[in-house]
Amino acid sequence: MNSSMVIGQYVPGDSVVHRIDPRAKIAVIFFFVIIVFFANSVMSYGLLTLFAVASAASSKVPLPFIMKGLKPVWFLIIFTFLLHLFVTRQGEVLFSLFGWDIYEEGVIQGAVLSLRFFLLILVTSLLTLTTTPIEITDAIEELLGPLKKVRFPVHELALMMSISLRFIPTLMQETEKISKAQASRGVDFRTGSFKDRIQAIVPLLVPLFVSAFKRAEELAMAMEARGYQGGEGRTKLRELKLGKRDFILFAVFLLLVVGLFVTRN
Amino acid sequence: MSHIEFRNVSFRYQEDSPWVLKNVSFTIGSDEWVAIIGHNGSGKSTIAKLMNGLLFPQEGEILVDGETVKPDTIWNIRKRVGMVFQNPDNQFVGTTVKDDVAFGMENHGVPREVMIERIQTSLEAVKMQDYEKHEPHRLSGGQKQRVAIASVLAVSPQYIILDEATAMLDPKGRKQIMRTIRDVQEEQNLALITITHDLQEVTEANRVLVMNEGEVWMEGGPRDIFSKKDQLKEIGLDTPFVSQLAEQLGHAGIKLSREPLHHEELLEELWTFRSNM
Ligand SMILES: Nc1ncnc2c1ncn2[C@@H]1O[C@H](COP(=O)(O)OP(=O)(O)O)[C@@H](O)[C@H]1O
Ligand SMILES: [Mg+2]
Repeated sequence: MNSSMVIGQYVPGDSVVHRIDPRAKIAVIFFFVIIVFFANSVMSYGLLTLFAVASAASSKVPLPFIMKGLKPVWFLIIFTFLLHLFVTRQGEVLFSLFGWDIYEEGVIQGAVLSLRFFLLILVTSLLTLTTTPIEITDAIEELLGPLKKVRFPVHELALMMSISLRFIPTLMQETEKISKAQASRGVDFRTGSFKDRIQAIVPLLVPLFVSAFKRAEELAMAMEARGYQGGEGRTKLRELKLGKRDFILFAVFLLLVVGLFVTRN
Repeated sequence: MSHIEFRNVSFRYQEDSPWVLKNVSFTIGSDEWVAIIGHNGSGKSTIAKLMNGLLFPQEGEILVDGETVKPDTIWNIRKRVGMVFQNPDNQFVGTTVKDDVAFGMENHGVPREVMIERIQTSLEAVKMQDYEKHEPHRLSGGQKQRVAIASVLAVSPQYIILDEATAMLDPKGRKQIMRTIRDVQEEQNLALITITHDLQEVTEANRVLVMNEGEVWMEGGPRDIFSKKDQLKEIGLDTPFVSQLAEQLGHAGIKLSREPLHHEELLEELWTFRSNM
């Protein structure tokens, strides 16, 4: 287990995008996802693409990391394109491929939908690439704050998330330790039939679960001993503060929205 | 008024299960270092959990600075009685050292500016100030335990209980924790209650409580306790190496004037013994 192990996709850095308040990031991404569906002209798509690519560029996250985030959806993007290419039967026939007519609308629709997909994934993965999981947790706690009024357990949810984040590396270390112990007794996790491998994993999971429950019990006791009694009356060390760059982001985004509706047809 | 007092405390985990503590009474002063020893299952951890209201006795009363431990006083009492547990991982709540030290203060509603200050001072007290931003998986067991001590110190309690806090550490980590504890106790005028199997740790305490089957079996200074080797052996407890060596010397006809607690004392005893001849 190396010391630089990070949870999720976070790529450390101190670019503007990294330093934007996580709440502002989440809000802007949320609205970006919505306005993507309003674009319907070349210009409007151009504006959205410009915004997305410029954000990605100013995050200074190396391209390979961004591509890695897109990897699971490349297939979907290409599939969407091909589907429209072959199925849509509107507009002029452009050419014929292996005896199958390809229509103008098909190309356009395919390209548009793939572009939408690409924009959505790029912008949302930018959030996880430039924001630590704990920042995201804090932001969610703040953004969902109003739901406390309807007794939604916002604080508990956030605490659950942050404790999970804290224990993921610990449990991973433990899994590694147990699997090595089992391997040294001749258990083979990698070869054999599917059934064999499942059977090999059981003796790994059982001690892991037993220890996880013991940990949970001890942790609850330790939290109580340290005065934990729910979210009420609690103060917080980690503080989120909107700054100048967050308001600049809002302004830029507002311009984008205006530009989008002007260039729509 | 400044002490923890157990008044005829009896405790069992369930109605129909045997008593784990039987009519236990003792007092711990607010600047004392008391070690609690006894074999596994003798009720040591139960005593610790009763002290800050993680458990409540069926009979008798527990007072912290004159205040009875009961459900509506525990939040106040937990500010005054801090606790460090055995497993370094399972008491680390925060995602980083800083967040973990803050956790207890956040619970007690300490204002943010005060928190920042106290994180600094309590991490300095355990010499972990350079690790503020570290995640727990990048720390050794001993470092995590030092953070646990800092977390407790940050709330500025009067009593700190360490329930086998060094048991899962290697000798080096153990030594560091002991040094930390000693420094903290010297500088901050607070009471320490250490539950331990490590006999060398016991010799440093002001007073020792020996537990056996839910009863206080013996109570006294470490020197008195370790000079009663036969009685300790009766309930399956050992004495420190130096103490055993002194006993063997005694059998060989070299009678020392007092029970030595560590190597230096033994050396001194032997030195004066020779010069007395
Ligand atoms: N949560 C529990 N439920 C039931 N019995 C318990 C529980 N914890 C401890 N005991 C029992 O209480 C007795 C004293 O335990 P404990 O105080 O943990 O001893 P020590 O810390 O000295 O080893 C033991 O017999 C143990 O089995
Ligand atoms: Mg115990």
